[in-house]
Amino acid sequence: MSQLVEVSKDPPIAVVRMNRPDALNALNLEMVRSLVKALDELEADPDIKVVILTGTERAFSVGADIKEMSGLELPEVYLRGHRQLWDRVRRFKKPIIAAVSGYCLGGGFELAMSCDMIVASDDARFGQPEINVALIPGEGGTQRIARAAGRLIAMELILTGRFVSAREAYMRGLVNRLVPRELLLDHAKRLARELASKSPLALALAKDAVNAAWETTLSAGLDYERRNFILALFSEDGREGVRAFIEKRQPQYKGR
Amino acid sequence: MIAYEVKEGVAYIRLNRPEVLNALNKETLEQLAKALDNAARDGEVRAIVITGTGRAFCVGADLGELREFYERGEKINHGDILRQRYNPIIVRIRSIEKPVIAAINGVAAGAGIGIAAFCDLRVASSTAKFILAFGRVGLIPDSGLTYILPRIFGHGRTFEIYSSNREISVNEAHHFGLVDIVVDHSEFEAKVHEIAVKLASGPLKAYALLKRALNNHYFQDLELALEYEAYMQEVAGYTDDHMEGVLAFIQKREPRFKGK
Repeated sequence: MSQLVEVSKDPPIAVVRMNRPDALNALNLEMVRSLVKALDELEADPDIKVVILTGTERAFSVGADIKEMSGLELPEVYLRGHRQLWDRVRRFKKPIIAAVSGYCLGGGFELAMSCDMIVASDDARFGQPEINVALIPGEGGTQRIARAAGRLIAMELILTGRFVSAREAYMRGLVNRLVPRELLLDHAKRLARELASKSPLALALAKDAVNAAWETTLSAGLDYERRNFILALFSEDGREGVRAFIEKRQPQYKGR
Repeated sequence: MIAYEVKEGVAYIRLNRPEVLNALNKETLEQLAKALDNAARDGEVRAIVITGTGRAFCVGADLGELREFYERGEKINHGDILRQRYNPIIVRIRSIEKPVIAAINGVAAGAGIGIAAFCDLRVASSTAKFILAFGRVGLIPDSGLTYILPRIFGHGRTFEIYSSNREISVNEAHHFGLVDIVVDHSEFEAKVHEIAVKLASGPLKAYALLKRALNNHYFQDLELALEYEAYMQEVAGYTDDHMEGVLAFIQKREPRFKGK
């Protein structure tokens, strides 16, 4: 594993750290490939149930390495570029939590928004500053901010490039929890362990259904949810969970 | 404009224009911001003192800087001046994770009071006194004073102090909590240094955590308040009364306000 990306496993959770602090974790292609590889392995690892994606103290990530990107040709960007990372996170089957400290900008913010939850240090800063170099967000910023915080807020952040404080991001529904920077990873791990105590199958079905809320109409989404509910109900874990609840004991899940 | 010196872990940031009672012009505020950043970054610095040279701490904005605009009858956007120059200083003082002490060596007026009020501790000389001064020129208290003064004095007394343009003695300031410690002028500098050195050898991490806790609730909506205050000052700055107040001040006569 490259030093640009550090993976530390502490089953049932794993922490993936972007580690290019002098560049505020700007994502170059080497980092993108390392992250994708790390996530592939963690998804396949049966001991890992929840993943935390984090950066370093001064930055989660300031997005794609713009210097490197300016040297790429169109086919390279389209076929082999940074998008593989955001796609990889989006399709990750296990819960993935972004733990954000410092700057979380552009593609970095979009990467955090691709995760399932965001825990942020109370001095984190978020923004989509692409407009200041005559670009626009390219990995979901226009869509996800609009859905999470509303169209007006998305317009403001993306058209002005203004940064928002962690508190404002929290108030606008862009962040789940605020914690002091000293406790960021501790609290993200606490949340991850809480999730890891649940049935991995139920987590995957629930995650899939919530994501459907963004993709479909309400009636299609409700049908989708009902199908996932029935899958959960007739799974081994579902039966075990209900039985344990009735028998007032801790459930033993197998992920089936 | 600013003298900067580090002594025994204490950074002294000295407003250094005694000939104008340390009035704040653009350059002074830029240097003040830079000095605060340096002190915040410097690992040797464990406490910060903001003080003034001469008989004044700071008399606030340097209206002389804007004089020619006024004499040409030009309107000035005081909201933008606050946003660009003053509010960042206030936010910096609150966000530096080291104790910041205002050593009020003499008279403080206008934004000078604002800067002192947002420090972590205010030590005043027995010769210190406070004058809001904004009312004389048809402006409202700024640099966060609309936020902090009612929290110190209550809103009624804030209005009284503002509208009367009266002087607040160091004893009254001490009584209400605008000043935390009063020291006889003859031993002021020695005492300030003693307090600062003592803080510098204290549990700095705990100080920083307390500061963050205070910022999180006591000062929770400070930035929004600064923004609103800037809007109010922008409106005040466009009034005829403001222009009249400034011209009366320059011409050393009583202003004739019309309420517009």
